[in-house]
Amino acid sequence: MTTMKVLSPGMMTTIQDLGRFGYQRLGIAPAGAMDTYSLRLANLLAGNQPGAACLEITLLGPQLEFTGPAGIALTGADLTPQLNGKPIEMWATVTVSKGDVLGFGTARSGCRAYLACGGGIDVRPVLGSRATLTRAGLGGTQGRPLAMGDEIRIGPVAAPAPVIRAPSVYRREYAGRFTARIIPGPQDDFFAPETLALFASSAFTVRKESDRMGVRLAGPRLVHRKGPDIVSDALVLGSIQVPGDGYPIVMAADRPTTGGYPKIGTVITPDMDGLGQLRPGDEVRFAAVSLEQADRIYRHYVTTFTRFPAGGT
Amino acid sequence: MIEKPRYLIAGDRALVVEFGDQIDPATNARVRRLDQLLESHPIEGVLETVPTFRSLLVVYDPLFIRFDDLVLKLEELESEPAEPRDPKQTVIIPTVYGGDFGPDIHFVARHNQISVDEVIRLHTSREYLVYMIGFTPGFPYLGGLPRTIAAPRLQTPRTKVPAGSVGIAGEQTGIYPTESPGGWQLIGRTPLKLFDPNKKNPVLLVPGDRVRFEPIDERKFMELVRL
Repeated sequence: MTTMKVLSPGMMTTIQDLGRFGYQRLGIAPAGAMDTYSLRLANLLAGNQPGAACLEITLLGPQLEFTGPAGIALTGADLTPQLNGKPIEMWATVTVSKGDVLGFGTARSGCRAYLACGGGIDVRPVLGSRATLTRAGLGGTQGRPLAMGDEIRIGPVAAPAPVIRAPSVYRREYAGRFTARIIPGPQDDFFAPETLALFASSAFTVRKESDRMGVRLAGPRLVHRKGPDIVSDALVLGSIQVPGDGYPIVMAADRPTTGGYPKIGTVITPDMDGLGQLRPGDEVRFAAVSLEQADRIYRHYVTTFTRFPAGGT
Repeated sequence: MIEKPRYLIAGDRALVVEFGDQIDPATNARVRRLDQLLESHPIEGVLETVPTFRSLLVVYDPLFIRFDDLVLKLEELESEPAEPRDPKQTVIIPTVYGGDFGPDIHFVARHNQISVDEVIRLHTSREYLVYMIGFTPGFPYLGGLPRTIAAPRLQTPRTKVPAGSVGIAGEQTGIYPTESPGGWQLIGRTPLKLFDPNKKNPVLLVPGDRVRFEPIDERKFMELVRL
């Protein structure tokens, strides 16, 4: 069985899958990849089920030594991946051998890269998922990011994954600027029409306090009509909370399950992937869509993965 | 006449059934009633629900059911005659008050111009309703705190609150299941584990449970920790 020895852990490398569902009623956030599109693509390229566990690698990558052969794939942010010091292709299957060392260089674009290994990552699922929720010390490597000396086991494979290169339409690039489509509400009535117009027309900047809990933004202050407090209710992936300071926060994978601030809108599911690739200083705008439009976008998004050409090019 | 709930869009995969905008037992009972009805009469495409103080979040798969159809089905369910089934048992929470276990109990006493003993007496005098679980895994929001021991949140939240800490914030009381940051006034600590991910039922308390606090001493605390 092949393992990855963690020679250096990188800034924030965690084991993630599509998340832990059904436990929000108990206060447990789903966690899971911040960019599930890239996670799914990496898995498909490595010959896995789309929701298998991967490493989510943030800006500064780790150094990993393989103790045996494996088929791997990297997607998402371009963090200049290298095998034994030589650049390797992203969005494609790469075959590694015993003793190979995967490293990373400068963060060229995007924020989070996904490393899938054929056979998946063999850690014990907790409450049905391998996703790491560091806030609760749950899942992944004992509920924490990778640390030096960790040995991450790769699951068994029946046969090595065929080498596939994702067609260019499947490859994503990150420009540091992103427009997230939103559905207004559920508490948009807490804001005056002028404030809603300001929200729709402004560019916001990603603050450095952003993390897996939420993408925190700076920009024009969104002032509440009647104060910022509501009786706490549930948050979903993409809820845009506006706290007392007037600066919106887009709630992400590790969000608290409930919150006490009005939610001006909700980012549609497929656009959370793009938000997960933003770095501090990047720019975000919001564009409202109707529920019908969101429905069409979602249907299209889901079929992307079922249509993925397993034969490749 | 009971008001009809509002059905609010919460993104492309969820809706909120809002029964009111206040914290009160009757509103919360309607939330739990619909949640239980959904459990006994599942709707295809509904993935999970999150009951809160005054609303029920319903997460659904839009490939299986559309918002409008889901609202119709929920309206139908909501009109079913049924009372919320609440657990009959009351969960006893053994708690050491004051000292290192409850460093803010003097503040709560001073704030309300009563003695520390009176804070303990009042806090243990009632049964509390678990309105919802939120914030962190297993954190129960308990309602029904006597007004005479209410206290504002800390000016600056602590970065580390020990697991089991019993706190007060406004007219609510709650228990921190895991070590986490927190801004509630800490009056005591329980040795009970409120969250254990390795158990089939990972949390001790669920919405609708009743809770009563019982004062214990440090020796008893250590005994119970060892169990």
